Amino acid sequence: MNLKKVALRESWISPGHRLCAGCMAPVIIRQALYALDKKPIVTNATGCLEVATTIFPYTAWRVPWIHNAFENAAATASGIEAALTAFKRKGELKEDIPVIAIGGDGGTYDIGLQALSGAIERGHDFLYLLYDNEAYMNTGIQRSGGTPFTAWTTTTPVGTKIKGKVQWKKPIAKIVAAHRQIKYVATASPAYWLDLMQKVKKGVDVKGPAFIHAISTCPRGWRTDTKYSVKIARLAVQTCYFPLWEYENGKYKLSTPSKAIASNPEKKLKVEEFLKMQGRFRHLFKPRKDVETLNYIQEEIDKEWEKLLRLTGEA
Amino acid sequence: MISQQVLGMNGDEAVAYAVKQCNVDVVAAYPITPQTIIVEKFSEYVANREVHTEFVPVESEHSALSACVGASATGARVFTSTAANGLALMHEIVYIAASLRLPIVMAVVNRALSGPINIHCDHSDSMAERDSSWIQIYTEDAQEAYDSVIQAFKIAENHEVLLPVMVTLDGFFISHTLQNVSVLPDKEVLSFIGERRVVPEIDVGGKKFKLKLDPVQPLTFGPLDLYDYYFEHKRQQVEAMKKAPKVIEKVSREYASLSGRSYGNGLVEPYKLEDAEVAVVCLGSTSGTAKYVVDDLRKRGLNVGCLRVRTFRPFPAADIKRNLTGKEVVGVLDRSISFGGLGGPVFTEIEALFSDETEKPKIINYVYGLGGRDMSPQLIEKVFMELNELKGKPLPKDTLRFSGLRE
Ligand SMILES: Cc1ncc(C[n+]2csc(CCOP(=O)(O)OP(=O)(O)O)c2C)c(N)n1
Repeated sequence: MNLKKVALRESWISPGHRLCAGCMAPVIIRQALYALDKKPIVTNATGCLEVATTIFPYTAWRVPWIHNAFENAAATASGIEAALTAFKRKGELKEDIPVIAIGGDGGTYDIGLQALSGAIERGHDFLYLLYDNEAYMNTGIQRSGGTPFTAWTTTTPVGTKIKGKVQWKKPIAKIVAAHRQIKYVATASPAYWLDLMQKVKKGVDVKGPAFIHAISTCPRGWRTDTKYSVKIARLAVQTCYFPLWEYENGKYKLSTPSKAIASNPEKKLKVEEFLKMQGRFRHLFKPRKDVETLNYIQEEIDKEWEKLLRLTGEA
Repeated sequence: MISQQVLGMNGDEAVAYAVKQCNVDVVAAYPITPQTIIVEKFSEYVANREVHTEFVPVESEHSALSACVGASATGARVFTSTAANGLALMHEIVYIAASLRLPIVMAVVNRALSGPINIHCDHSDSMAERDSSWIQIYTEDAQEAYDSVIQAFKIAENHEVLLPVMVTLDGFFISHTLQNVSVLPDKEVLSFIGERRVVPEIDVGGKKFKLKLDPVQPLTFGPLDLYDYYFEHKRQQVEAMKKAPKVIEKVSREYASLSGRSYGNGLVEPYKLEDAEVAVVCLGSTSGTAKYVVDDLRKRGLNVGCLRVRTFRPFPAADIKRNLTGKEVVGVLDRSISFGGLGGPVFTEIEALFSDETEKPKIINYVYGLGGRDMSPQLIEKVFMELNELKGKPLPKDTLRFSGLRE
């Protein structure tokens, strides 16, 4: 990847789309597309990104792009890849065209999980890029399988008896990594944009299915200040709430920002630092600090981090 | 007319054989009785590399049609097949495929929709998709199923049409019944439909872009389309459906001169209707039995005939009206029902056709064969006899009747 060249190239997702200020989804997509030297065919699940980039007759996409439905980005990608394979078999197509499926957390953890798992099991050569804003944002902030424990959403309100989401987030990237056919899995954060780009490049270059799970700050849904979106995406990594790692050839490996924490555990910030910037966790801090719950969350984060250290051979 | 090989095949095998001959790039399908043989048979062609097709053995019907959408938008010639619950699971994408104007061909092996769960034939599955903007061809036997799949690609890919096509065959009655099927030589099929699908070109800021997903000429498919344009796009689908009958008739004529086989004008098939006073209207395999009964009753001096509706979508209104005008009594046989509606879907449309006529046939609706119940010659004869009774009498109150039902 030649960054100088990249900097001079036009972005393959144009400005002028209608995503909110501070939304990290278009940042993730812009960087992901900058990582490629050839235009891919992109298929996008229903969700904020799809809706806000393509209000007819406008489009922000400078790559061939198709939206089919909410739960079938991976299945649509299967079909695109199958068509390209058939054209090659007939000798009508020579070059490799990357195929990328993009979905939000709802379209990936929940309604689209079956199609995703099926496409991976069949071994299609495509990259699935999950931008995880941790709720159904397009329909107005409802909980998903990717919404974290205690987070407020409109379907996990902070009531007098039940406060926010009762369940933990699904380990989606590890679920994907459990598929024998998967060739590459990585987590990413737009705050570490070069790391994200390198991972996208790897994911596209491997032959077979690849999956990238990117954390995507959503100021509307997370109740955060738009100017802190990148900072929050960085804190997610620094607190080990969202560690960065890769999985390849059956092995887990920490990525540089998380490896730095593994080597210098004192660099690990308390998860509170990540939570307290977000209105969706306000009930953990106001009217009084809910020390018990915060301690519990910290313990769970620590346990998960320890598990990851063992998986990556860092423990 | 060309010399043809005769193969002993059931309806499903005949469909798979036709698909093999059509140079299809992508088949994505999921098994469901009574369609499974199509998928199995086609998998064999793939395993033996008798086809260049990429077969996508998806994990659900929803994904089957979703993959077909992706492949077709990439410019591929695409086929899938399903039945009943599988088609219902696809429902969301059935509409999307049509609105994207993707010429996908799908064989629907008609089976009763659950519940209760049942594996046998009725038309509740495909009738539930009748408003989706897919062309629907209902076939009478395995031979016609074979012929119609080939015709379907030519119809769907016609630039005046660009609509997906459903070819239906009655579960078990056609899908699992062995028949002598005449097949065209491979190269004749390909010269008839074209070696490969030709994608139309569209104008993008003065440049010609191929209407497909292509990195060289990037286009956006399936954008958010709100009240300012959605309606116009739906109107375009109405126009495409309006243009389809001419194309279907033309394809039917061309196919007849190639193969020697035709099914009426491709839209409707009248049988001994001209001088008939009493007629039945039906779809699918029942028409084979109805024709047999017509012959039998005519020998016994009754003036009866039959009209088979081959394309239910587009609905061949003019052809049906022309064929039924002047008949005294008409029985419309429906193998599905619209609960709470006036009757079956075929009946309601035919009834509507004559709504503004003063001189119109007495039209009775017979709902029959739900869940695969056999429509025997005896039952059809009984229908004809009841209809015959109505000659010279006023239209009775009970226009919705059930044939072959224990009350
Ligand atoms: C089958 C189906 N169910 C529900 C919806 C409504 N819907 C559209 S987008 C969406 C949520 C999308 O959430 P996510 O995938 O997390 O993406 P985001 O909008 O947060 O970026 C829902 C529920 C739909 N379009 N289709």
